[in-house]
Amino acid sequence: MQALCRDCDRALAAPAGSCPHCGGHRIVAHEQLFELAIAHVDCDAFYASVEKAYRPELRDRPVIVGGGTRGVVAACCYIARLSGVRSAMPMFKALKLCPDAVVIRPDMARYAEAARAVRALMAPLTPLVQPLSIDEAVLDLSGTQALHNAPPAAVLSRFARAVERDIGITISVGLAPNRLLAKLAAERDKPRGFYVFGAEAAAILAPEPVGLLPGIGPAMQRTLAARGITRLGQLAGLSSREAMRLCGPDGPHLAARARGEDSRPVDPRRITKSISAEMTFETDLRDLAKLEAYLWPLCEKLGRRLRAEGFAALGLTLKLKTSDFSSFTRAIKLANPTMLPDLIFSAAQPVLKREIGASSFRLIGIGASHLVSERLADQGDLADTQTPRLVARQTAIDDLRARFGPGAIGKGRALRPAKPSAV
Amino acid sequence: MKLKADRATLMKALAHVQNVVEKRNTIPILANVLLAVKEGRLSIAATDLEIALIETVAASTSRDGAITVPAATLYEIVRRQPEHAEIELDHPGGDAPLALRAGRYATKLVAISTDEFPKLDAGKLSHKFNISAHALRGLIDKTRFAISTEETRYYLNGIYLHAAEHEGQPVLRAVATDGHRLARVQETLPEGAAGMPGVIVPRKTVGELRKLLEEITDDVEIALSETRIQFTISTMKLTSKLIDGTFPDYNRVIPVGNDKILRVGTKDFSDAVARVSAISSERHKPVKLSVGRDLLVLSATSPEQGTASEELDSDHVAYESTPIEIGFQARYLNDVTEQVGNEVEFVFADGSAPTLVRDAADPSAIFVLMPMRV
Repeated sequence: MQALCRDCDRALAAPAGSCPHCGGHRIVAHEQLFELAIAHVDCDAFYASVEKAYRPELRDRPVIVGGGTRGVVAACCYIARLSGVRSAMPMFKALKLCPDAVVIRPDMARYAEAARAVRALMAPLTPLVQPLSIDEAVLDLSGTQALHNAPPAAVLSRFARAVERDIGITISVGLAPNRLLAKLAAERDKPRGFYVFGAEAAAILAPEPVGLLPGIGPAMQRTLAARGITRLGQLAGLSSREAMRLCGPDGPHLAARARGEDSRPVDPRRITKSISAEMTFETDLRDLAKLEAYLWPLCEKLGRRLRAEGFAALGLTLKLKTSDFSSFTRAIKLANPTMLPDLIFSAAQPVLKREIGASSFRLIGIGASHLVSERLADQGDLADTQTPRLVARQTAIDDLRARFGPGAIGKGRALRPAKPSAV
Repeated sequence: MKLKADRATLMKALAHVQNVVEKRNTIPILANVLLAVKEGRLSIAATDLEIALIETVAASTSRDGAITVPAATLYEIVRRQPEHAEIELDHPGGDAPLALRAGRYATKLVAISTDEFPKLDAGKLSHKFNISAHALRGLIDKTRFAISTEETRYYLNGIYLHAAEHEGQPVLRAVATDGHRLARVQETLPEGAAGMPGVIVPRKTVGELRKLLEEITDDVEIALSETRIQFTISTMKLTSKLIDGTFPDYNRVIPVGNDKILRVGTKDFSDAVARVSAISSERHKPVKLSVGRDLLVLSATSPEQGTASEELDSDHVAYESTPIEIGFQARYLNDVTEQVGNEVEFVFADGSAPTLVRDAADPSAIFVLMPMRV
């Protein structure tokens, strides 16, 4: 059995209760500890942790990041979780469970900066870093042992402490032979965890519910349950033919994943597939003008995010959630790739207009899909000589905002809505 | 209503109106065809509320009247009759079914009264002129490929038909663009068309009109207002709403300063484009043209499948300007070259500016292509 002290990164001869070198108690042990090289890194309660690092006086208080009484919990710290608060829970429910929680409006700029700092610490570990979201990444440390003069497990342990020391937040690490198992491992020992999955993974996962597997949502769970399959072990035991018969063309793939198999490489090129922005209202809305007033700042935000990520959108998705919490989306095809808020708005507005009538809405969102390189954005075409002028205007707006702040200049239509309640 | 008509005549007219019938069937009566006998003539009509088609058919009539029956069913019944059958249609009026007899065959079709059928009134049409079917076919064929299907810019979803002036001469012009390519074709302005409003004829109307023009050699009468257009083609009358929008000022995007002229045999060129682009698995199939003195090299690359190139030398190509490299979507090149005769002329400015394309022998039609990065 191979073992490592997570407080001093030394390899131990055998698993022990405490480290003979530094006396630390955080010992991780596994048969293949020093051989495995795919790591999934997930920041613990990311938004809440960043807020706590920024305001140390909140360290021992329950913290919820989210907005307004109508919003939802974007993130909550582990103290708040003790009271039963969870992410995506409606705010009123969270506050009922944890009335003394400190509620903080999300400050995305601050989180983005912390995320960049975490990624900067990953860069020296391996070139194969693939960010999955603002607070998650997967790293392939294969072949880096000679470079670091240490096995990946020790490098990751050192990295976790560097994040705590330099950024003030904690992370959980999953180490495994592939991306799927690394992700499942990272989830198993949160927060401040370090979990290792090796050859034994399938046996450990067998009694777990099928919903644990990324990609098996509630609908697939129901389908599988109807066929008597509720545990990963049952799914793993299916032959390809049985799997295809029971779950359709994706069946064999699902069964392989249930066995812990995954051949996806870690791809450091950006894999962003969609970028979006959405907002929950203080009170339900059914009026087009009011909904438009909320849609516009979201289009601006989406345009900003596209620019920041270096993308242009060839498709848009309008998302609406009705007052009875059922949500639906409408896909919009664009003729030319864009990152301009004006064009995003003018494509989404008629689609929104068609949905007005029967129901009132509690949330609106706009997302970009079919992303292409920003080089192809907003070039205008034979029937459109307007767009290059819009680009010039947007550039001027951005310059003014960069110098004098976001409130320096805006469109008239942006003046109508109340402050956004959540992100 | 009572009449007799021969199967072939009836079937041909029904086939025409059949195309116009509303396919999605949101309003039930729009699936019906209107049969009317008045003053010894039978007329057959259908509409989808955007387009209406009325065709007058030779028949021996014995009682006036009008009724509607499901278009698809009637067409199917008539089609299944023996070739030279004489078909009798008889409707006594009121809620009675339509009786159809042919030889020993008889059927009674449930009919709906004409009250619910939309009125096919075109309103007042301010301008009226004649154009030969051949010329109208040319205006359509050389532009329709460029019509946009994009919903947001609905005003591009048709052919912009308008009166203009070309080198001092009045012309009737058809323009279509989807933003990536533009086609502009013109004919001498027919008498009566002067001062007509510019109109955008919707894509579906263009398609139906083109089908009706297929066997026609005579003139077509066009009458229009700002909201409606009506084509009278021998015994058929096609009326359509127009797209309510403003067509962009296309003159601004037709390049005037382009000076690098490439002439190439149309067939050599389009065959080479097809061969070279076959390698590409991308949807847009970009093809690069590298042009030098009397030399054109077409090439395409695919990250997965490799590369392809083909040279056309001075036997096929004439070019005397500075060398240039420029890329286009294969389909756009082929759509345009299908519209020109033996020799195609490309007029470039540089590798990133819109390129003018025309038939070397016929300057009345011009095409503009946006290049793509390759």
